[in-house]
Amino acid sequence: MREQLRPLNAWVVLGTQLALTVLALALWEWGGRAGWVDRVFFSKPTDIGLQIGDWWRHGYIVEDVVATMSETIAGLIAGSFVGIVLGVLLASNRFLGAVFEPLLVLLNSIPRITLVPLFILWFGFSFSSKLVSAMALVLFVVFFATYAGIKDVDPTLVANVRVMGATRLDIVRHVLVPSALSWIFSSLRSAVGFALIGAVVAEYFGANVGVGYRIVNSEASYNTAGVFAGLVILMVLVVLVDTFIRWLQRRLIVWKPASL
Amino acid sequence: MALVGPSGCGKSTTLALVSGLDRSSSGSVSVRGTPVDGITPGLGFLFQRDALLPWKTVADNVALPLQLRGVKGDEARRRVDEWVGRVGLRGFEASFPYQLSGGMRKRVALAQTLVYDPEILLMDEPFSALDVQTRNLMEAELLELWQGSGKTVIFVTHDLEEAIALADEVIVMTAGPARVKARYEVTLPRPRDIEQVRFDPRFTELYSRMWNDLRDEVLKSYARATTAP
Repeated sequence: MREQLRPLNAWVVLGTQLALTVLALALWEWGGRAGWVDRVFFSKPTDIGLQIGDWWRHGYIVEDVVATMSETIAGLIAGSFVGIVLGVLLASNRFLGAVFEPLLVLLNSIPRITLVPLFILWFGFSFSSKLVSAMALVLFVVFFATYAGIKDVDPTLVANVRVMGATRLDIVRHVLVPSALSWIFSSLRSAVGFALIGAVVAEYFGANVGVGYRIVNSEASYNTAGVFAGLVILMVLVVLVDTFIRWLQRRLIVWKPASL
Repeated sequence: MALVGPSGCGKSTTLALVSGLDRSSSGSVSVRGTPVDGITPGLGFLFQRDALLPWKTVADNVALPLQLRGVKGDEARRRVDEWVGRVGLRGFEASFPYQLSGGMRKRVALAQTLVYDPEILLMDEPFSALDVQTRNLMEAELLELWQGSGKTVIFVTHDLEEAIALADEVIVMTAGPARVKARYEVTLPRPRDIEQVRFDPRFTELYSRMWNDLRDEVLKSYARATTAP
């Protein structure tokens, strides 16, 4: 039997988190002002806030966020689509699986970041090089999750629908894909982070707009506050997208007990 | 007809071969005089393990075989409704399998199998995971649903009582390699009452004769399992 744990008070948890954040920020601010922390290298929270305000007034934030987010989301969608299709194909067809699965493992072993300069070379400073870079990171995460999810299907379920007269396509549609869906969703949550990394890194290497571009620009002029400001913006973006995906997951996967 | 035999003797394999889920390595299997090649049509299979699709509601699970067979619209809705009612699950149409008890899930599986009216029903220890009371209830329900339907049922079980109570014919299999060891006619009158039939003197007599046959085989397979390297 599992031990019944007393439920934690959500407000106490949230309060503690807030208090710790405020404390850390206050220490940082105070350290910067008192000269304990080098302001050139570490900046301080108020400067970061001012920097964000400054970018906002210039309209950079909207511009950068729109650019980075459209790259991220396009990469996420394209990468997940290809990943899911490949995963379903290779997991449900033994021949294709035997031929291509090892190749994908091999490709996956390439550190994708090192390919980004190549993507810039092939696709230019444009939107597409960022999309491809985000996609290259997302694709593998989603592919392996889909593949594992389909391989994990209970064979009894497949046998059951086969006896009922299901065709291969019926099996994919009614058994394999729904079964893999919970795996796919948990991979999507990490894929969001990867898509953003792909887009931002590609912006690092060559762009004229985007949060990554803004960070590189600040770095070049030793504007540490600018670098941190960019990071704060990225953090907020990931949290927003992650919240959206969790909401979608709850809407789509209603057939499991709520605790899972 | 019921198949009984020691565990691992090939009872489940027999069903897999008849249904066409597995291919035989030698020899051939014929159903209605036609050799089995691919999935045998007109056949229902009730598995020992839960085989409901967890992401479909009760109604959608029962509707699935109709959907696969291209039965649509009102006709499909009417038959789903009829079978959900016949297995006593009205009011649970929109529930998901995880919200049901083991016995209820078995009923859904039964409805899912019977809704497309297969001529032959294969059952692989379908009730063995249930507690004794629920199992007796399910056996009684199965008899009631089957009565007068004229369907052939091949019922695999390791439980002699279940075999005698349900079947017209019981086949005792040998410990692997599987051969037919003995064949028994069960002449108990129908309709049978699952609770009462066990106290019939013919029941107890059959039971002891079958158990004599089965015991040797169970011992053989047990000895093999315990002396295996």
